[in-house]
Amino acid sequence: MPDRKNAPAIVDAVNFNLHLKPYNKLVLKNGVEVYTIEAGAEEVMSIEWVFYAGNAMETQNLIAASTNFLLKNGTTRHTAFQINEHFDYYGSYLNRACYNETATLSLHTLTRYVTELLPMVRELLTDATLPEEELAIYKQNMKQRLRVNLQKSDFVANRLIDAYLFGEDHPYGKYTRLEDFDTVQQNQLVDFYKRYYQQGRLIMFVAGRLPANLEQLLNDNFGDLPQGSVPAVDHPLNPSGEKKYRVINDEKGVQGSIRLASPFPNRHHPDFLKTLVLNTLFGGFFGSRLMLNIREDKGYTYGIHSYLQNHQQHSAWMISTEAGRDVTDATIAEVYKEMQELREELVDDEELLLVRNYMMGGLLGDLDGPFQIISRWKNIILNGLGEDYFYRSIDTIKNVSAEELRELAQKYLRPEEFYELVVV
Amino acid sequence: MIQFERFTLANGLRVIVHPDTSTPMAVMNIMYDVGARDEDPQRTGFAHLFEHLMFGGSVNIESYDEPLQMAGGENNAYTTNDLTNYYIQLPAENLETAFWLESDRMLSLAFGEKSLDVQRKVVCEEFKEHYLTKPYGDVWHKMRELAFQRHPYRWMTIGRELSHIENAQLQDVKDFFFKHYRPVNAVLVVAGNVTTEQVKTLTEKWFGEIPAGEKYKRNLPEEPEQKEAHRLDIKAPVPLDAFYKCWHMASRLDRRYYITDLLSDILGGGASSRLHQVLVKEKKLFSNIECYHFGSTDAGLLCIEGKLVKGITHAEAEAAVEAELEKMKTELVSEHELQKVKNKTESMIAFEDMSVMNRANSLAYYELLGDAAWMNFELEKYASVTPEDILQESRRLFKDSNSNTIYYHAAN
Repeated sequence: MPDRKNAPAIVDAVNFNLHLKPYNKLVLKNGVEVYTIEAGAEEVMSIEWVFYAGNAMETQNLIAASTNFLLKNGTTRHTAFQINEHFDYYGSYLNRACYNETATLSLHTLTRYVTELLPMVRELLTDATLPEEELAIYKQNMKQRLRVNLQKSDFVANRLIDAYLFGEDHPYGKYTRLEDFDTVQQNQLVDFYKRYYQQGRLIMFVAGRLPANLEQLLNDNFGDLPQGSVPAVDHPLNPSGEKKYRVINDEKGVQGSIRLASPFPNRHHPDFLKTLVLNTLFGGFFGSRLMLNIREDKGYTYGIHSYLQNHQQHSAWMISTEAGRDVTDATIAEVYKEMQELREELVDDEELLLVRNYMMGGLLGDLDGPFQIISRWKNIILNGLGEDYFYRSIDTIKNVSAEELRELAQKYLRPEEFYELVVV
Repeated sequence: MIQFERFTLANGLRVIVHPDTSTPMAVMNIMYDVGARDEDPQRTGFAHLFEHLMFGGSVNIESYDEPLQMAGGENNAYTTNDLTNYYIQLPAENLETAFWLESDRMLSLAFGEKSLDVQRKVVCEEFKEHYLTKPYGDVWHKMRELAFQRHPYRWMTIGRELSHIENAQLQDVKDFFFKHYRPVNAVLVVAGNVTTEQVKTLTEKWFGEIPAGEKYKRNLPEEPEQKEAHRLDIKAPVPLDAFYKCWHMASRLDRRYYITDLLSDILGGGASSRLHQVLVKEKKLFSNIECYHFGSTDAGLLCIEGKLVKGITHAEAEAAVEAELEKMKTELVSEHELQKVKNKTESMIAFEDMSVMNRANSLAYYELLGDAAWMNFELEKYASVTPEDILQESRRLFKDSNSNTIYYHAAN
């Protein structure tokens, strides 16, 4: 009969020696830097092409995103269908994504087919035509999608809170209106493509089981692409003066989308890593204060989360939940109560150890597999955080004190600094 | 080839061990042979509500989550129409914590009123968040009722209506637990940085003494063959007209399941698929269109759904879909096109199997279906599908009398 009343002995995860597998770095003939991680049991790999071609580079809404979307919709030699057919035939996935600073193409494939796929990627990066007809279909379908999204309170709340934080003209705060699609012209995309892709700045990330001739393959396909400089961007912040908002999006809505947010410095600030620990305690995991109080004790919501936004220049501390319409005010009051407790009371040793162990265990699990490892390196490299960033974050998780966490709460978790939004 | 070992405890608990020393983590996956299809039609949503209650403390352990988080672990669970699955990932050194937690809640729950009260509310908010406030959120409730007359796939896992969840009583919770959550109705998979010997010892120690329980005998009403087309019009305040059409397909263990899976990829699996190419890109009738199925264990549904371009009528859109289906019924697909969807399937499986968690989950699922080893024969089954199979299966599926169609009308 085992002892069921007492937990079995554990090794505290804070005692683990976590290790982030170092990358290999190749430099192609044209100077393009390629970061690689060779790992994994399955014969698969990923390649990501990162360009400084994000929203921050555009002078008009939607240009960066539309260019990125249409990269695989036609070249002078292949139609959109032929391109898709080529990647699909080999069972590969070619995705694209547009972020604030960067825009990417990413390929996931069985390693044995990569040789057949790279010439087509090269074609997309050198010879895309961004066809007028494809743009028209894209505009029409994206408008339709936006119409549906605008009915969702969570979608509307996410747009508005970013606009309050950064201003509607800032890349982090701007959002798309239906009429914005009508002003996008094909020649604008062609110009953007030339400047930021054909003559842009490329960095590559490769992970998985890699072919022996990887360097040769990459040089053959991408080693002669002209390289520009990283564009400088400087957009002034224009945060809203008004802090509290209540928006009715659907008179009959049964839930309110609540967003509370306050500006926060970027990853380079000395408070950033310590605040990640405080955030975990506050609302960053299932055992957090917010979740235990507002979901598990009160039942106001299916879930409540807090997080630091993932931006390069400026971050924000965000609390996000969908709660029953009649309990939105009660929910907000409880969030502020939890802030107050963190400002006034020291977290006890046991809860702090739990948060440390949880974060370390999560990191250990997160480092499992080549795609996860390269994704950590990508974050470090693109943000210029330094090779020791991973070890500094571990050191912080292990050593940040209850007093430091209370000081951070006093500094940053002040309700008067938070934008407060409810969209029903 | 996924390697594993298998043994059964005296109380009937089936145990699978899948060692993988390349990871520092261990995974514990427990799958219970109960889903929404096993519910009383007057108390739907119960299997899923019950899944929430599994985290409300067990007979000897007040809090499930805290000790797991202390051990550096994470966990989650999900309920489908067919089964309920619980999984933990934690540092391999702390594997015993997972055994302690999972065996205690298989022994018995705490059955607290407070937990039931709170989780009823949480699930009601989940219901609202996913089905009431989302545009088109009611469509699958209605489609299931349209397509199934008798089989309990008639309702969704979240339940038919909020009142079923609101009215759940503690006695219902206890009855459900002792009927379904017994060793004899469960499959336990332990994977990752573990050894079979270690797992054998720990399983005996923690699960060995739990009473076997009674084997649940599933006796569900069989769905009679559909004899005539079903159609429904819905009008709701959504911005776009939408089109949904479903056909009854074969069950998971039928060879026809694999044919249908490939066929759905030919029609609607991605940017080079037929429906996307012809109806979105060439004819511009839909702004998006997909073809997929739910992977149900019993005979389920194959679906085509899409949003109509403004100004296009439902009748035009449906006629164009039917024209594509007609081609499937009259022309053999090329070897090239069939090879494409087979390659996609192979690649999807390879990417899925990268994670130990996914492998553990799949082993449990195939064991529940009949044999964990079937996991290793999936690719062969797909490889054996021929163009003639696709043609014959299309003819069986895409009959008017086998179809269920919803025209979803935008009211504004």
